[in-house]
Amino acid sequence: MANDRTYDAIIVGGGHNGLVNGSYLAKAGLKTLVIERRHLVGGAAITEELYPGFSFTTFSYALSLLRPDIIHELELVKYGFKPLLMESTFAPMEDGNYLLLGQDHQANIAEIRRHSKHDADAYDQYSHDVNRVCRAIKPLLDNIPPDITSRDPEELVRMASLAQHMRDLEPRVLHNAVRLLTGSAADFLDDYFESEILKATLSSSGIIGTKVGPRSQGSGLVLLYHYMGEHDGDQSSWAFHKGGNGGFTQVLARAFQGFGGEISLESPVARVITSNGKATGVALEDGTEFSANIVVSALDPRRTFLELVDPRELPSDLVENINRFRFQGTSAKVNFALDGLPKFPALGDRADQFRGFTNIGPSLDYLERAFDDAKYGWYSQRPYIDACFQSTVDPDMAPPGKHVMSGFIQYAPYDLKGSDWDTEREKFGDTVQAVLESHFPGFGDLVLHREIVTPLDIERVVGLSEGNIFGGEFLAPQMFFFRPAPGWNQYRTPIEGYYQCGSGTHPGGCVMGAPGKLAASQILKDAKP
Amino acid sequence: MARHTPFHERTSVLNTTQLWSHWAGYLSAQRYQLSEKFEYFAVRNSAGMFDTSPLYKYRIHGRDAETFLGGLLTRDIRKCRPGHAQYTIWCDDDGYLIEDGVVIRQSETDFLLSAAEPNLAYFQDRIGRLDVTIDDISDEVAALALQGPKSREILTKLSPEIESLRYFQTIETKIGGAPVTVSRTGFTGDLGYEIWVENANALALWDAVADASDGYGVLPFGETALLMTRIEAGLVLIDVDFSSSRYAWTDADRTTPLELGLGWMLRSIDDNERPFIGRQAIRRELAAGSRWHLTGLLIDWKDWFNLYDRNGLVPPKDHLPGAYESILYDDAAEPVGYATSLMYSPMVQRHIAIARVLPELSTPGHQVNLEVTINHKWQQVKATTTQMPFYSPPHKTA
Ligand SMILES: Cc1cc2nc3c(=O)[nH]c(=O)nc-3n(C[C@H](O)[C@H](O)[C@H](O)COP(=O)(O)OP(=O)(O)OC[C@H]3O[C@@H](n4cnc5c(N)ncnc54)[C@H](O)[C@@H]3O)c2cc1C
Repeated sequence: MANDRTYDAIIVGGGHNGLVNGSYLAKAGLKTLVIERRHLVGGAAITEELYPGFSFTTFSYALSLLRPDIIHELELVKYGFKPLLMESTFAPMEDGNYLLLGQDHQANIAEIRRHSKHDADAYDQYSHDVNRVCRAIKPLLDNIPPDITSRDPEELVRMASLAQHMRDLEPRVLHNAVRLLTGSAADFLDDYFESEILKATLSSSGIIGTKVGPRSQGSGLVLLYHYMGEHDGDQSSWAFHKGGNGGFTQVLARAFQGFGGEISLESPVARVITSNGKATGVALEDGTEFSANIVVSALDPRRTFLELVDPRELPSDLVENINRFRFQGTSAKVNFALDGLPKFPALGDRADQFRGFTNIGPSLDYLERAFDDAKYGWYSQRPYIDACFQSTVDPDMAPPGKHVMSGFIQYAPYDLKGSDWDTEREKFGDTVQAVLESHFPGFGDLVLHREIVTPLDIERVVGLSEGNIFGGEFLAPQMFFFRPAPGWNQYRTPIEGYYQCGSGTHPGGCVMGAPGKLAASQILKDAKP
Repeated sequence: MARHTPFHERTSVLNTTQLWSHWAGYLSAQRYQLSEKFEYFAVRNSAGMFDTSPLYKYRIHGRDAETFLGGLLTRDIRKCRPGHAQYTIWCDDDGYLIEDGVVIRQSETDFLLSAAEPNLAYFQDRIGRLDVTIDDISDEVAALALQGPKSREILTKLSPEIESLRYFQTIETKIGGAPVTVSRTGFTGDLGYEIWVENANALALWDAVADASDGYGVLPFGETALLMTRIEAGLVLIDVDFSSSRYAWTDADRTTPLELGLGWMLRSIDDNERPFIGRQAIRRELAAGSRWHLTGLLIDWKDWFNLYDRNGLVPPKDHLPGAYESILYDDAAEPVGYATSLMYSPMVQRHIAIARVLPELSTPGHQVNLEVTINHKWQQVKATTTQMPFYSPPHKTA
């Protein structure tokens, strides 16, 4: 085999986790190759000009959970890292009223008082309590979780330090953590608030990407996960990277190349080559082979264990666990190129409310009904929409005066009962647009272009199985010790030299980079003589 | 009663917070929006409009204007040709800094000098027998800054000549029908311009710039966002990073140009043709060495995190510039300097500070410990000296 196809490490998949992983390996001096199936890196975090002059964040659209260590350790500022601020959350209501929360604490309190004087006070308590839980949980994001199946002394130390960490928490913080990690977002919020719009708005981060309603147990975990996001240390405030999340993954690609890494585009990997239980390289679909003693899959667990390698080489309990690992994607996107910003009647000509997230999910009942549709195999007739008019934050996303809107939609279950997504695509787009029209009369007249992204598209284009945006559901039995399977939550696989670093590993999905980084630390540790 | 600048009819409507500070007797917006950080990002990513009218403005003219300014200003005004501007300073006889400002040379004999503090008496008292007149036109001329990467594109729509204006060049042109002086200057460290206009035409100018900005995401920005950008730009500010020697009580409270990192202004100090106030003292300082050297500080992000974390706190990343001085120590706990402007920089993604250190620490890469108060205790966080500016995008001077 030609020498120039030999590397120290090969990463399959050029999503952000693959790039983060590759950057750490290249920085440590390994000759590293990232192999990407598509014509661009970024995976679910890309920006594309799908309509002339308009940049779309086709899939992932906001940045906040990226681990701060990665920014510094990979010198991302030098390569153009620029997280802009999404100023506010705007929640229109069905009666024409609204809730608008922004960066000014006093103004937020006054705004909540319009809806409930009680909640205005409770809001600070809620923020304080959840922030304290975040501080307690965040270290878990930045460390490799223990392997509960192992009696190795190192693992026992990990377990002991985890137990110590829990013991050090104030009882109230620990209890709140458990309430969130095991309960529903609605129950938790009910304990603080009476205002429907406030509860609904806060609970919506508990359903993102996940097949749960706000009243389902498990939505608390998803809420907490998102609450840990930050913009410049400002908890629960989110960033929009210059040029979208695709702008961010281009920064990562430059950093990776800056550390000496190489990228091969339009190179779908067919399989990982193994010999005597060890990884020795990869083969592309066109038969080209690359060799390396370290091969890292940055794909989701189904592809990592069932497609890139022959599952017969793996222990059957692992195969069984991966087979029942839940994906069941329930999210879609409808993105728009707009001739201008919409108008919200109660705010007249004002438009500053659109400089952040526009959250259409006016009550817990609304969200729960939207979920009901999905439970029975159909997309929501009145869907939840998280809209961002991104050109208000980064004017370079659209021509002057025009705007681009990212619309994240739930629920849109991967499996439709009695139909399929290619048939339903336009009707689904119309359903979403009708909801927008009902809040922003005249919205339809602004539409220059509409891009519908179904769960099937997410699977086809990005490769995320069943379109699950997180590379696997955020359900307690699939997190931490168990992500993606007990005994295999430390980025290794049963095949020596074959590793995993995608969103299906700890801590999980979102543009966070933690799986890529933690996997790199494991790989580099194993590689030490 | 606080006065209104000529743009007030517009700014008072735009300032949705109605939070104002006093600057030279005028109302000056602290921030227009609920989020000053959003304004800051408009400057860094698009452009922002800043009402800089409260600056003191002096028209200095007459046959001897160059000779006069040559003797008054530390930086050599003879090098500033008509159609150019200079960032400059003036010192006292002991070589201590009085103030800094920007001087625009409109012709051989006509200068426009702007400064944050009043200087009319001080300047006039030094005219002596020279043929120089100083008009305080502070109340007659308004000034509007448009700062940020999109500023050139926007202003070029209003006056095509602006496109080719170089860094620190100026032109006389018309915007919105009004005669204006445009200088490619500013206090943000970004691509940017300042536009000088007669009061009577101020609103026409504002409206023309606002119209041309439509659709670009341009915002008016207030003092807070300005102060954030100036720290990233490494630009020192009177009464924060230094005090005027005219009103200092002790030499400890005075600063020399060398101590403030302005040694680059002294290139022609050995030219005997241009005696200026403070020259001999500065030459003595050049020979003997300075007490302090200006430096940037990058705060160690990990140490900052760990320090707060150990204290049971979430590490703050506050973009609001701290209005206090922090002492710097070496590892033996000896004081080695002080930081005057500390903030979390969104562009640098870590805390930065403008500081003065002992001369032996002035080169980049020295480690010092910055004092912070946490849980009512003095604690220290690691920091490294670095060159300024902290943020200097290529488009600033391109
Ligand atoms: C619609 C949507 C919206 C989202 N919104 C947000 C958001 O706003 N904020 C946020 O933080 N997170 C969001 N997420 C989640 C987040 O984007 C993902 O969790 C994250 O981007 C996944 O990164 P990854 O590197 O693990 O995998 P991926 O991004 O899936 O990358 C995998 C890469 O592997 C490539 N690949 C696949 N198969 C092969 C093969 N055989 N050979 C070679 N290459 C292959 C793919 O093309 C892809 O580039 C969203 C996700 C989706 C889908």
